[in-house]
Amino acid sequence: MPETPAFQFVDLRQQHAVAQLGMWTFLATEVLFFGNLILAYCVYRSAYPDGFAEAARHTQIAIGTANTAILLTSSFLVAWAVALVRLNAGRIAAILFAGAAALACIFLLLKGLEYRIEYTEHLVPGFFFTFGGPNQTSAWLFFSFYFVATGVHALHVGIGIVVLVVIALKARCGAYSARYHAPASVAGLYWHFVDLIWVFLFALIYLPGRAS
Amino acid sequence: MSARSYLTDDTRLTSWLFTTDHKRIAILFFVGITLFFFIGGAAATLIRLELATPQADLVRADVYNRLFTIHGVVMVWFFLIPSIPATLGNFVVPLMIGARDLAFPRLNLASFYLFMFGGLVTLYAVFVGGIDTGWTFYTPFSTMYSNGHVVLAVTGVFITGFSSILTGLNFIVTIHGLRAPGLTWYRLPLFLWSLYATSVILVLATPVLAMTLLLIALDRVAGIGIFDPARGGDPLLFQHLCWFYSHPAVYIMILPSMGVISELIACFSRKAVFGYKFVAWASLAIAAVGFLVWGHHMFVSGQSVFAGLVFSFMSFVVAVPSAIKVFNWTATLHKGWVRLDAPMLYALGFIGLFTMGGLTGLFLACLAYDVYVTDTYFVVAHFHYIMVGGMVTAYFGGLHYWWPKITGRMYPEYWARAAAILIFFGFNLTFFPQFILGVLGMPRRYHVYPPELQVWHVLSSAGASILAVAYLLPLFYLVWSMFYGARAPANPWGATGLEWLTTSPPPKHNFDVTPIVRRSPYDYTLSGEARPQNA
Repeated sequence: MPETPAFQFVDLRQQHAVAQLGMWTFLATEVLFFGNLILAYCVYRSAYPDGFAEAARHTQIAIGTANTAILLTSSFLVAWAVALVRLNAGRIAAILFAGAAALACIFLLLKGLEYRIEYTEHLVPGFFFTFGGPNQTSAWLFFSFYFVATGVHALHVGIGIVVLVVIALKARCGAYSARYHAPASVAGLYWHFVDLIWVFLFALIYLPGRAS
Repeated sequence: MSARSYLTDDTRLTSWLFTTDHKRIAILFFVGITLFFFIGGAAATLIRLELATPQADLVRADVYNRLFTIHGVVMVWFFLIPSIPATLGNFVVPLMIGARDLAFPRLNLASFYLFMFGGLVTLYAVFVGGIDTGWTFYTPFSTMYSNGHVVLAVTGVFITGFSSILTGLNFIVTIHGLRAPGLTWYRLPLFLWSLYATSVILVLATPVLAMTLLLIALDRVAGIGIFDPARGGDPLLFQHLCWFYSHPAVYIMILPSMGVISELIACFSRKAVFGYKFVAWASLAIAAVGFLVWGHHMFVSGQSVFAGLVFSFMSFVVAVPSAIKVFNWTATLHKGWVRLDAPMLYALGFIGLFTMGGLTGLFLACLAYDVYVTDTYFVVAHFHYIMVGGMVTAYFGGLHYWWPKITGRMYPEYWARAAAILIFFGFNLTFFPQFILGVLGMPRRYHVYPPELQVWHVLSSAGASILAVAYLLPLFYLVWSMFYGARAPANPWGATGLEWLTTSPPPKHNFDVTPIVRRSPYDYTLSGEARPQNA
């Protein structure tokens, strides 16, 4: 199957181009999906600047920063692996894909740890939420956004882990080559997108109110 | 009928349920949306029955709320949005571009099952007690006060959204990547231009709805308060997000029907569509500008006057490409060899009804007048003229036009013309009185009204009963024709498109030899002879 195109395509080149365009179109959907949430966040942040700044100072910036570094590193591994697949080095690429998946698992573990800390500090809206001072209301809103955004993002990371593991296994079995590597490069696109979303979330969630 | 058409290739039930053939998936969607059309229609029937008298004699207020919510939710998401793209589009897009299938056949099947699963979840919500929010799920009512099954219903709609996205994605990629040799963009049939524009909206607007529904569900389940004023949230933000999807959704409904009408008008006038490039780009212009008009649903919501002015202006702007289309279709008729077969009757009906709907849309785009008729039957009549008079009429027109290709049988022409005419009159009798009711001050979503309005409601309900018969007729004669209709030739209408080159019904992989395109899509001689696109 890998060396011959699926029946609806003329050749592998067309199949590859179509797969790429399909993933870019899907990512356009994803941009609007997260864009909705980020817009709503910006509306409330401009409405409650002080509350959002104070709430943001209660986030775990050490974990957030570590997670950013972890995801960016995994993206680097995936970019490297996709380049290797194109050079017919599938077995080395498999190790890199697996490494990226492992980093993504560490990301999720740290994220879980972070949620736990926030739970013990009563920062989960609806679960014994307490936040002293005048910004109780807007802090509630901030942490609502925080949990929805990072939760939906974590779901994407989880799907990404499954995809990366499958790609790693298939690359190890020699399924991809210089002629046929559409699934690997399309999975790479998806993974870079998941990381890029995190870069935006990191800046919006962890950094406000820390400049002074 | 050829021995190995897509219908007869493998007749086991599992081969249908797990098919990845775009033509069979189109048939599955036909069955699905027909089911939902009659469920939504049943709710509409009960609404019109209740409104025949000024008192509440058939249903209580809370039951009435549930009825119009079911009607809206089912008709919008489970009939109108998927209707033309997922059925006619699914069937003819690969045929029109000379391809063997869509780019992603398995995603196409996934789209169908997501649609049905979402639909069944929503129906379950209806059967265990219903939803009383109206199809727009306005907050804070939906998140805090409603005692219906909001979470279940929005879950169903959320799931169906993925079906929309997958279909749109498939069409975009297919139209970009799988065109036959020689099929340049300006040789594409206008139906494909309009489906392309529709798909852009499906892909870019649906995710916004998905996130908004997710926030509603979380607000209701976990009380995150994003749209709750008591928690600092803003219900107006919900309305913005809701209409950022829901207004473009209107264009998801009407753009494919405009594409169908372009095909019908060209074929049954035996002439190229007047101003092809204008009609093609008008589709994309509607898709683009359509993203910038949502605020005209919120003129009385308390948004700023400046926002109101801008949205009013943009709403006038979006009428321009629609008007271009209407003028160009009409100009196409001029000096054509007009044939009044049933699909053409539907097309002409569409032009009239869509023009009515479009012009009353301009009334509503006008800030001052909109304040006067907001939430009245004027609005109800306006959007039914677009969605039912426009979209459903075009759907039936396209269904009759491609029916010989889909089934390999001709439908009975006499009955089809009768149904087309009956739909036109039944529709106008149902909805024209509602314009008058709106101007007289009848608010929407009420089951009781002052007795002096009864005459208009009775007219409307009488029209609805005609319309119900007219919509049931095709169900009978089309099913009849599948077994007893005359065998259809490959090209019964003498049309030019690639879909008419292959047999009726087509073989499993559409074309034995991939056609090479040498002509524009509507190449007719002065005497009305078709020159097929590959000739």
